[in-house]
Amino acid sequence: MATETPTKAGKMVKFIITRQDSPEAAPYTEEFEIPYRSNMNVISALMEIQRNPVKTDGKSTTPVCWESNCLEEVCGACSMVINGKPRQACSSLVDKLEQPVRVAPMSTFPIVRDLVINRERMFNALKRVKAWIPIDGTYDLGPGPRMAETKRQWAYELSKCMTCGVCLEACPNVNDRSSFIGPAAVSQVRLFNAHPTGEMNKAERLETLMEDGGIEGCGNSQNCVRSCPKGIPLTTSIAAINRDTTAQLFKNWLSF
Amino acid sequence: MKGNSYLTRKIHSLLGVIPLALFLVNHAITNYSAFEGGLEGFNKSVALLNGLPLIYFLEIFGIFLPLFFHGVYGLYVAYQSNWNNSRFQYGRNWAFTLQRISGVITFIFIVWHVYQTRYQVLVGNLTHEQLGNQMYEIFTNPVSVVLYTIGVLAAVFHFANGMWSFLVSWGITVGPRAQRISSYIWIGVFVIVSTLFLLSIVAFRSEEFAETASAVRTWIG
Repeated sequence: MATETPTKAGKMVKFIITRQDSPEAAPYTEEFEIPYRSNMNVISALMEIQRNPVKTDGKSTTPVCWESNCLEEVCGACSMVINGKPRQACSSLVDKLEQPVRVAPMSTFPIVRDLVINRERMFNALKRVKAWIPIDGTYDLGPGPRMAETKRQWAYELSKCMTCGVCLEACPNVNDRSSFIGPAAVSQVRLFNAHPTGEMNKAERLETLMEDGGIEGCGNSQNCVRSCPKGIPLTTSIAAINRDTTAQLFKNWLSF
Repeated sequence: MKGNSYLTRKIHSLLGVIPLALFLVNHAITNYSAFEGGLEGFNKSVALLNGLPLIYFLEIFGIFLPLFFHGVYGLYVAYQSNWNNSRFQYGRNWAFTLQRISGVITFIFIVWHVYQTRYQVLVGNLTHEQLGNQMYEIFTNPVSVVLYTIGVLAAVFHFANGMWSFLVSWGITVGPRAQRISSYIWIGVFVIVSTLFLLSIVAFRSEEFAETASAVRTWIG
């Protein structure tokens, strides 16, 4: 219970973890009870299980596998489904979670093992839309055009995306039957099209989103913007890119 | 699905507004004339619509083909989604799921409704003047009244929420404030258009529409 004040020594925290031994194996759950420490997060609980992989029933098991790096919600590696919502395990404080804490992998992505998922499709999406600014050349190109400060301020918010995959997990249209690229890459197109140098390749990025596996799969459920741990205005990005792709569509038609 | 799904989806979206949304609103207003002007008013509206030039052309290219494409591709769009409302209980997410459910209900309802009305005119069982009587006959069955109410509310919800989504999908309402105001407007439109349809159901149940009903009734059983 979230309201209980966990101050007494010897208090235990209960975890129910969805596990899977290999990419093709069937998932199963295991329960763990971990000694409470103040300011514990889900990662420190998983570390405790790693040190002492014994289930609630007293039987030992294999340590639970997970991924994490920065532990300060900027790298995007520790995304998992905690009490039903996809989020970062590092910023999921046990004091603020309802117990038992249910932890599961983000199953929209291929599961490697336990809580480890393969987010490769997101990185492939960034490559497809060319989410970078091409500045390399054989000679010094000199300084690029300046970016207006007002534009930089909102573009900075978009640059906070850490490709964590939470928006794809929350989206009802990212699945095996749909080719939707997902909210994150659409927002990155807006970011790099906003940059004065990146804008020079604007049409290329938009046209990638106007093919199969582009922006059209968005069904406006708007779960992405409610779930994003970085508070990125994903639905505004999607609508803005909808506007730009519509303009691009007519531009392409009328140019021939 | 072969071909460019972006273009297909854009055509699906555009057809939902032009002509289908326009037709739905027109249909609501025509039906409402049954409430406002009784049998005479309704027949006048029906005659006005069927007196339009190129009426068969308009019916095929302005209603039937767009409806067929929007409906069939819409079923595919509904098939592509994984509803997750138990995990994400947000208003927009409910609207997303309801848009797909109401689309399927509307599709089935329209097939049934067109069979009962336009198809019967086509095969010569009914004339345009008998359509009001036909509606009276349909509504003598309380089950039909319930099914029509569900069908009409599903269709109007699908229209109103579809208009909201259309404005986002074409990049007209971009920011959260524009989208919020748009949702108030389309909730209002939903209420108004639903009321027009529901009042016309009330009107079709009045005795006035029963007059020549017995003469029409033989074929439906």
